[in-house]
Amino acid sequence: MVTREREDITERELAIHGVVDKKPTRNEIDAFMESHEFPLVEGSYTTFVYRGSAEAVYLGHWIYGLPSSQQFKHVVGTDLWYLVMELPPDSRIEYKLQRTHHGKLEWLLDPLNPHKASDPFGENSVCHTAGYEIPEWAQPDPEARPGTLKEMVFDSSALGSARKVLLYLPARFRTTRRYPLLVVHDGPEYLKYSGMKTVLDNLIYRLEIPGMIVALTHPEKRLTEYANHQPHARYLTEELVPFLESELPLLKQPRHRGLMGASFGAVASLATAWRYPGFYGRLLLQSGSFAFSDIGEHQRGPAFDPVVEFMNAYRAKPKSVSEKVFISCGTYEANIYENRSIVPFLQKTGMELRYVEARDGHNWENWRDRMREGLSWLFPGPLWMVYE
Amino acid sequence: MTSENGTIWLLGPQYHKPTLGELYEKLDLADGPIAVVTAGWQEREGEDEELDKYLGGRSLDLELYRRADRVFREDPEFREAHREMQRKLREVEGFYDLRLSYVVESVRRLLKAEGHEELLRPEQEHAIEQLRELDAWHMKRILDIRGAFETALKPLEREPIAREREEIRTILKEAPALVITGGHVAVLLNRLRLFGIKELARHKTIVAWSAGAMVLTERVVLFHDHPPQGPGNAEVMEEGLGLCPRLVALPDGKKRLDLSEEDGVASFARRFLPDYCIVMADGDCVAFDGETFSAEEGVLRLIPNGTVETVTSW
Repeated sequence: MVTREREDITERELAIHGVVDKKPTRNEIDAFMESHEFPLVEGSYTTFVYRGSAEAVYLGHWIYGLPSSQQFKHVVGTDLWYLVMELPPDSRIEYKLQRTHHGKLEWLLDPLNPHKASDPFGENSVCHTAGYEIPEWAQPDPEARPGTLKEMVFDSSALGSARKVLLYLPARFRTTRRYPLLVVHDGPEYLKYSGMKTVLDNLIYRLEIPGMIVALTHPEKRLTEYANHQPHARYLTEELVPFLESELPLLKQPRHRGLMGASFGAVASLATAWRYPGFYGRLLLQSGSFAFSDIGEHQRGPAFDPVVEFMNAYRAKPKSVSEKVFISCGTYEANIYENRSIVPFLQKTGMELRYVEARDGHNWENWRDRMREGLSWLFPGPLWMVYE
Repeated sequence: MTSENGTIWLLGPQYHKPTLGELYEKLDLADGPIAVVTAGWQEREGEDEELDKYLGGRSLDLELYRRADRVFREDPEFREAHREMQRKLREVEGFYDLRLSYVVESVRRLLKAEGHEELLRPEQEHAIEQLRELDAWHMKRILDIRGAFETALKPLEREPIAREREEIRTILKEAPALVITGGHVAVLLNRLRLFGIKELARHKTIVAWSAGAMVLTERVVLFHDHPPQGPGNAEVMEEGLGLCPRLVALPDGKKRLDLSEEDGVASFARRFLPDYCIVMADGDCVAFDGETFSAEEGVLRLIPNGTVETVTSW
């Protein structure tokens, strides 16, 4: 993606208009395409381009607040389609192209854009507006000593089944030392789509967080187990954590024990801490699906019934459940309203709270990009004291 | 070389570009073990196979971290008093940080302010003077707290410490050199001071890097321009052992400091005048003979005008 520096550029000055405002020849379109990268970011404008035969082209995105489908303009007599959008700086937007061809609607990755992000549903194209950069601490650093992952199977009587847990042990792990513990919901997804191992390796290497042990858990029935489910909370708190504490050199004070999750995983983290107040001293809640209803029935579907019941109960009687809580949410996601709304309820309990927003959606790379701030605030590393 | 000490060699960080082996070859040390302090590595103390290789297989770890643990176990009265001193130091540090944030912010703003030179300049100078006064005040508070602890507890006279110290003395007697690695600077300084290593290492050649270099100076300055949390205000941690005077050691300074930011470099350099603020980068080597520091290949110094320049001696 190429960013033109001028911030005050007007729409009429955009590069696309140099081509489409006249009847461009094939050669002129070719030259335009070859001399730019797409999406083309110029000041606050982003130009998406599609070239090919189609009856219609749309931009399908997940920006809450905008119509979810934006139609491209067709340059008559050519195979060029374009869409200009005014997008705020520092934004990261996941999208796909929707092309109607021979009467059929297809979802496509943007063939002109090499930037992609993955999630459990597949891949999306990614647009970065001016100012956004993939954090360098989220990218593999050959200097960072790698931690190790090992799989264990834990037989949970609370859940009535065996559960796989991936354990992250930091580089230079020593049984003579004691470590903080972070329990992560949707652990394999955090590893795969948020690059969590790379992030942990880098932040530990840079001394921004201490060497820590991370238990990456995975649900069987996510929507049930993560929606304020008593057996899930019992599994983590009365079974898994005590087992890990008996097997590994862990610090056992609440301030060295954290829960983390995104979306429903954030609900599961908060609900577990709520059922065991004070046990987890650190909570990292990302884009929580903290659905509630002030009046009448909620509209989020039956999976949210226990969530709404929990959130309504919490909002009616907020209580301190942890020492420090870090919450992040994307301003382009539907959950922003619920996340902004929960902040004052948590604050008035006396818990130390930090809340951050970013111009991003409900996705794993948004959650990746907030990890440094969240983890280093909840678990500050020895950066100031260690000079190797 | 002074009669008090042997030459002190300060190296850049050894993790990416180890130069210890090269220096060892050059030093041509007399027979005997090379005493090593790896207490800054805490639980990893003594895991120094690579270090041993660079020292010709002659290294002998003084095990200050383990010895301190033993002392704390054997002498509960001392342990409790030490813990209480640390608590007081932390509390005082909290007050210092609070005051520091305002004073540093005023320096930052004044260095960026616009105005008539003859009016603005004295304000900038005075703001930096306030910063220096605050650092000096904090150092005095630390020395008072530690002084009271040492007067009351007389650490070196306590049996468990005296016993360990005697063993260390025996090792050092045979050792032509002492090597001090990096690691946790407060832990390292604490252990060196606990066993009075400065006095025991007299006349020895000393080689140190990173935290090891910092503790040999007169004041240990903690620094990082881009921490993930907080404003990144450099702070005076403690009085060092004072074997390398007029020096503020900045290990890995090229990474930890923004050396292209003129106001930041200027305020850092002016804050610690007349000491030289020296970046100790990978591959750097500085020798101190008791009077003069010299760096054959040159090292970077932060200059009060906001630039950095290469110096070879001072």
